[in-house]
Amino acid sequence: MQTLKRTEVLKDALTHYCPGCGHGIIHRLVAEVIEELGIREITIGTAPVGCAVLLYDYFNCDIIECSHGRPPAVATGIKRIHPDKIVFTYQGDGDLAAIGTAETIHAANRGENITVIFVNNAIYGMTGGQMAPTTLTGMVSTTSRDGRGQHGEGPPLKVCELLSSLDGVYYLERTAVSTPKDVNSTKRAIKKAFQNQIDGKGFSLVEVLSMCPTDWKVSTAKAVDFVNNDMKEVFPLGVYKDKS
Amino acid sequence: MGKKILLKGNEVMSEAAIQAGCRFFAGYPITPQNEVPEYMSRRMPQVGGVFVQAESEIAAINMVFGASAAGARCMTSSSSPGISLKQEGISYIAGAELPCLIANMQRGGPGLGNIRASQADYFQAVKGGGHGDYRLIVLAPASTQELYNLTMNAFDWADYYRNPVLMLGDGILGQMTEPVEILPYEPILDLPEKDFILDGCKGRDPRVVKTLVLRPAEGLVDHNEHLQKKYRRIESELSLCDEYRVEDADIVIAAYGITSRIAKGAVRMAREKGMKVGLIRPITLWPFPKESFKKVAYDTSQILVVEMSHGQFIEDVKLAIEAACPVEFLGKGGGWYPTEEIILEKIESMITSPVAAKGRV
Repeated sequence: MQTLKRTEVLKDALTHYCPGCGHGIIHRLVAEVIEELGIREITIGTAPVGCAVLLYDYFNCDIIECSHGRPPAVATGIKRIHPDKIVFTYQGDGDLAAIGTAETIHAANRGENITVIFVNNAIYGMTGGQMAPTTLTGMVSTTSRDGRGQHGEGPPLKVCELLSSLDGVYYLERTAVSTPKDVNSTKRAIKKAFQNQIDGKGFSLVEVLSMCPTDWKVSTAKAVDFVNNDMKEVFPLGVYKDKS
Repeated sequence: MGKKILLKGNEVMSEAAIQAGCRFFAGYPITPQNEVPEYMSRRMPQVGGVFVQAESEIAAINMVFGASAAGARCMTSSSSPGISLKQEGISYIAGAELPCLIANMQRGGPGLGNIRASQADYFQAVKGGGHGDYRLIVLAPASTQELYNLTMNAFDWADYYRNPVLMLGDGILGQMTEPVEILPYEPILDLPEKDFILDGCKGRDPRVVKTLVLRPAEGLVDHNEHLQKKYRRIESELSLCDEYRVEDADIVIAAYGITSRIAKGAVRMAREKGMKVGLIRPITLWPFPKESFKKVAYDTSQILVVEMSHGQFIEDVKLAIEAACPVEFLGKGGGWYPTEEIILEKIESMITSPVAAKGRV
């Protein structure tokens, strides 16, 4: 019988994430991929501003904490100096798709040989539930009390669709962590995104739909339902670009 | 004697950076510093370095943040509005204690201003600019030769103190073509090993470069005290100043950068007319050479501050001299620059003024 154990890429730390949050699952998937590819000692991660800012409390590899939205620029600086090392960014929706939109688009279009893990939970988590660029139309947040779309907020930004038009991008896939099957798909996608970098292919991004029961103000079970029933409808899962 | 080359200030600075081992440059076009990214885009590939034309000033400074953490000697350059955009990143770099060089070839402001030379970013350069209690080592070269030499030194000081260095030039210095003696780079300090570099944790514990300090509760207080201790050390070790004919001077002009160059001409003209005039110019704007200014102030009757702004540098002069003598001012912003004649005229008015008649205060 197979014994499951914690990957050496994650530290033995207590989680600061809320019950039902998807970050813990996604951290584990990224860490397992790093272990399976045997790249922990050559990997440099970039932490965002947001719930995942404490990435270095969990990951047992070199990490740089960036200012809000800038991980793709910081990763560019690191990767260009160390082209033989593996550089990944781990970013939330506010970080990657609002304040860091320019850095995301241009790093993608330059085809920077980095791996981007984009966690889309449709809300600003750390600051307490404000509207994110990916908040769904009609969704209530602390800054869209009447539901997004009532006061000129515009519809949610679709990152994979947006980036798929850029010629410099190598690989884009949207997955989720709301069912066991989705978790497995996410791990496969993340592994591909890292393998692409190892193979020198260029910019790879995996968008992961994730749960935030605390700031959605629902139970952990309802949060899973929200991803499965609502988010997946607005953000269809699948491969948006694959040049291989 | 080294080889002499004839280049614009912006190109001189770029070549000095290359000579000093700078192997990463990220920048964004803005006048009057465009020759820097242009030169770097050509030279970096020749020396195995990296040039990235960033999508924004913010991205450029953050690329430098990454490159510095990765262990490279690195720099970015811009001009006033672009430097404003970089302030967030500069604060992070200072907080994380990463070495790099940032050049500001100042232009007229506020806002988009104009593309003439200016010195109106003094406060931004020496008082902070970004958020938090931090300091940049700020250098103010007055010639392209000095720009060349200080650029080389800047990388050493950045590495030695683990602190970003700001080269505070202006549109005239950046655009001015002068012969420059190319001297080979030699470190001026015994540089410490870079034990913070992120290059993968093979054979060592993982490293973290960060500026968030949540734990322990007093951790950020401690980090700030650590930074302040470093700043006090830099103040005690690195304070550069140049004096010209101040020994017997009744009036000493205080000016920095290109303005000091013009003021030097005015000193010569005044001396020819029999007026005892001298010049003091800080080479480091931070740390400010307080002691040199204080000494000069006690030995002269009046100080005339000349700057290409409406009065920023003058505040540090007044703080440094502790009211030892009266301070007059000549300066305007918006792209105005003084001529030797304008400065001389001001000196003549001071000599005939009642303050001068009273002699030392």
